Amino acid sequence: MADHAIDVRYVANLARIQLSDEEVERYGAQLTSVMAHIEKLSEVDIEGVEPTYHSATSENRVRQDEPVESLSPGAFLANTPDQSQGQLRVPKVVDA
Amino acid sequence: MSLASQSLCSLKRQLQSGEISSRDIVEDVIDQIESRDKSIGAFLSFDAKSALEAAQHADLSLPLGGLPIGIKDNINVNGEPCTCGSKFLENAFTAPYDATAIQKLRQAGAIPFGRANLDEFAMGSSTENSALQITQNPSAPGHIPGGSSGGSAAAVAGNLIPATLGSDTGGSIRQPASHCGVVGLKPSYGRVSRYGLVAFGSSLDQIGPLTHTVEDSALLLNAIAGFDPRDSTSLNEKVPDYAEGLDQGVAGLKLGLPKEYFTEGIDPGVRERIETAAKTLEAQGAELVEISLPHTEYAIATYYIIAPAEASSNLSRFDGVRYGNRSENPQDMLELYNQSRAKGFGSEVKRRIILGTYVLSSGYYDAYYLRAQKVRTLIRQDFQNAFEKVDAILTPVAPEPAPKMGSATEDPLKHYLADIFTLSANLAGICGISVPLSPLNNLPVGLQILGPHLGEKTILRCARSIEIAQTSVD
Repeated sequence: MADHAIDVRYVANLARIQLSDEEVERYGAQLTSVMAHIEKLSEVDIEGVEPTYHSATSENRVRQDEPVESLSPGAFLANTPDQSQGQLRVPKVVDA
Repeated sequence: MSLASQSLCSLKRQLQSGEISSRDIVEDVIDQIESRDKSIGAFLSFDAKSALEAAQHADLSLPLGGLPIGIKDNINVNGEPCTCGSKFLENAFTAPYDATAIQKLRQAGAIPFGRANLDEFAMGSSTENSALQITQNPSAPGHIPGGSSGGSAAAVAGNLIPATLGSDTGGSIRQPASHCGVVGLKPSYGRVSRYGLVAFGSSLDQIGPLTHTVEDSALLLNAIAGFDPRDSTSLNEKVPDYAEGLDQGVAGLKLGLPKEYFTEGIDPGVRERIETAAKTLEAQGAELVEISLPHTEYAIATYYIIAPAEASSNLSRFDGVRYGNRSENPQDMLELYNQSRAKGFGSEVKRRIILGTYVLSSGYYDAYYLRAQKVRTLIRQDFQNAFEKVDAILTPVAPEPAPKMGSATEDPLKHYLADIFTLSANLAGICGISVPLSPLNNLPVGLQILGPHLGEKTILRCARSIEIAQTSVD
């Protein structure tokens, strides 16, 4: 946890956000100071402590695997930027 | 006194006695917004026609029959936009369903009304991160309304609508309530369904009410609380009547003052008001107890790992494929994702997604995310230990009153540090309420009352006692 510099361009690529050179520089500097603060956590003795993934004490709940009413295809597609023949349309993914 | 400026309880009485109609209220809300919201900027949009139609059919026998409730623009209302204050969704999304909280409002007879401004995707504490609109603090012109539910708080404080819903991930209901001088309640995690709330930090988010009075807060919580099979973290626990017993007073209650919260960073005027409020409750028979929450100093670091990590995962759905704005003529899928997100998201959202992606990335997960989740356990235990000794905890909401508009620096850490008093409640899953005290140099100041998990009745009772004492002072 010692080096606070984030390779912003690499991480932004993982997050699928294209950044300008100016943004890479600006976010890099800002996040370096945030990470320096986060470094505080290394002081805490966490030996034997269980993680809290969420704070409600109830157990994981799954529903019965039965079909229930859901959005109609028309309602689902109403917000899509591009569609064709009742389906979402995106640029070509595989070459013929 | 305009109808839009009155409390839900007062309007309810007038509706039931037949003095006014639901249409009168909705018409006044529309008038108030049209004549005054240009200078406040609380609402991004509203659908007057459907609200007036709903008013026509209002069932006044229901708990919120005929009462319009403003909605933060990250909670889905069927047929209305849901922009989340983002260019990504501006003019590009119409909600195809009602959030559970909205369904419950409707079942209680209320009329969901309008879309209240917010920091983009609820990330921020000034509403200045909205990509769509500036919101002024109606109680302190020239100052920020707080955030992220700044539009929801300003709409109530500006007397545009009697009450609103907001969402709170690290203080986003309580802090704007404090800055605008209204009552803001963050329910316990799992108390209110998150289904239909656009997810930011799923282990932290809760929907809650912003109102003029504590009684209104209880009334709204009654309507929206309860189990929902569509939210796997919703609690299957009985919902008590939160409005019952509000006036019991605080005699016999033990109220904790955490020593770690009264530190150097806090404005002396704010500190003095919190201490005066504590003494007021003591004079009414409560016992004040100094307590310790030893891991307080690690709360911000913990939060700013967990919340961005969850946000980076949740916001991956905004990819330009199924909804929202897509970049023009992308050559391939990667370009479609990269450019739609580059254009659609503002700076704070990008920063948090990058931070969250980083702390979850290969080789860093254990050092940051897993460690933060363990420290979170210690923060939770601090509160569990405290609530063995006390019934509720009294703290400031924010270290200082609302800063001036535009005083925001580009130093995100400075903003993050101001969340110190509110975000621990989200990490621990407990409930909290902000209730107005007397203003400081004409700027509103709120008292935060924290209660144990599902301890809403206790904090509402304490808040009501403060409210009564305040009214007699004012």
